[in-house]
Amino acid sequence: MSKALDVAMLIAVLIGLWQALNWYAGDVAISSPYDTTLHLIAQFERPRFWLHLAESIKAFGYALAIAWIGGIGLGVWLGAHRFAGEVAEPIVVALYSLPKVTLYPLVLLIFGLGISSKVAFGAIHGIAPVALFAMNSVRNIRPVYIKVGRTLRLTPLDAARRVLIPAALPEIATGLRLGFSLTLLGTLLGEMFASQRGLGFMIVNAIGLADTKTMMAVTLLLFIFAGTANAILLAGERALHRRV
Amino acid sequence: MTRAGAWRLGLLAGFALALELATRTGAISHTILIPPSAMLARLAGIVAEGQLVDDIAFTLLSVLTAFALAVSTGFLAGIGIHALPRLRRALDPFFATYYAVPFFVFYPVMIAIFGLSKLPVIAIAYLFAVVAMIVNTLNGLDRIPRVLAKVARVHRLSWADAAWNVKLPAAAPNLFTGIKLAIAYAFIGTIASEFIMATSGLGYSIAYAYNNFDNRTMYALMLFVVALVGAINLGLYEWEKRLMKRRTGR
Repeated sequence: MSKALDVAMLIAVLIGLWQALNWYAGDVAISSPYDTTLHLIAQFERPRFWLHLAESIKAFGYALAIAWIGGIGLGVWLGAHRFAGEVAEPIVVALYSLPKVTLYPLVLLIFGLGISSKVAFGAIHGIAPVALFAMNSVRNIRPVYIKVGRTLRLTPLDAARRVLIPAALPEIATGLRLGFSLTLLGTLLGEMFASQRGLGFMIVNAIGLADTKTMMAVTLLLFIFAGTANAILLAGERALHRRV
Repeated sequence: MTRAGAWRLGLLAGFALALELATRTGAISHTILIPPSAMLARLAGIVAEGQLVDDIAFTLLSVLTAFALAVSTGFLAGIGIHALPRLRRALDPFFATYYAVPFFVFYPVMIAIFGLSKLPVIAIAYLFAVVAMIVNTLNGLDRIPRVLAKVARVHRLSWADAAWNVKLPAAAPNLFTGIKLAIAYAFIGTIASEFIMATSGLGYSIAYAYNNFDNRTMYALMLFVVALVGAINLGLYEWEKRLMKRRTGR
């Protein structure tokens, strides 16, 4: 209960800071919390906003599926195969820390304008952290579990499904949570550069039109969405950690 | 070089060679990708002619400034927050959400606050990098074994001695992770905001080349960024491995 109070107080402080910035920089630069909230609520009555929202959700959904499934697959393989992991780890780390925006023209040239390049861009943002966490979690599995699997002559597939993944799950969940945030960021960035639809496009368009209120309203919506999703994933992660 | 290192080099070289073959034979069209050798040639040309040197220097300076600020203030903030458990509990979900928000959208806000200068780019890169340092400082302080603090007390070390000789080395691996991430995020923040909004810098030059269908310059600069960040990362990776070896005494 006191935790909820702490979080509420923090949110109050953040809103206070936001308001202070509004007073300092003026409505043109940053709209006030009250105006932004009203503007966000008003958006939900506009059919065009729903179009953008649906497009973003679709692109994000595909990108997340690719990043999560691909990342776990890659990470489990690299973790189980020690030498392959040793070869590939610095490469995956480099992919993780690369400013991927610079690669956006390449993604556009390969996938063309439209939803597929957004999905690809979101997925390359998210896949590296998922793979890195999955790899480390598999490496850190207690050797005795693996020995039991070998004693029982499990096939590699069965070993992965029944031993490796359950043992590695809590740490993989941490990777999935990070992958969620970064995939969202990647998808939005993809929408910001070369797209006519989606929330990222709405933001860039609003910046171009100096429509600060819309820019802030969409950003607020993203923050609320990301915060809620993160809280849910974090709760799931804690439950997994307790189980082990 | 280790066997894994040799394999890694071979893998990357093979990849570059495959790209070279695929683009030279026309399996991949030149409008999509140019041969790596052509990227290198163009990059050498850019450097030799001295074009864009200002942009590159400018970007690197921004990255360095943001990185130095993020590591120093992030470290101090981490220590401060660690001392206040209640504040920390409230901040945790905020930190977890932080990296899902595209900070670049605040570029206009930064311009309103800092004016039209280099500062908005540095501010965004700083905001991007600082939280990684704070979070990892917190993790590092959490993982200091309690027994080490007791040993320090048994030896009656002063506060400063305990911090410098016991706590800092014990938290070092996590601090190192924070520093690595801060470099990565400072790069991402700087180049991404230049790419989207700014009117100079490496990111801007890439976007400018892209908008003018100047594929050769675009790929040359991309190669430069990828190689630079990759080299910094590999260097840090090796350095960290050496540090860890010394720690475990192997």
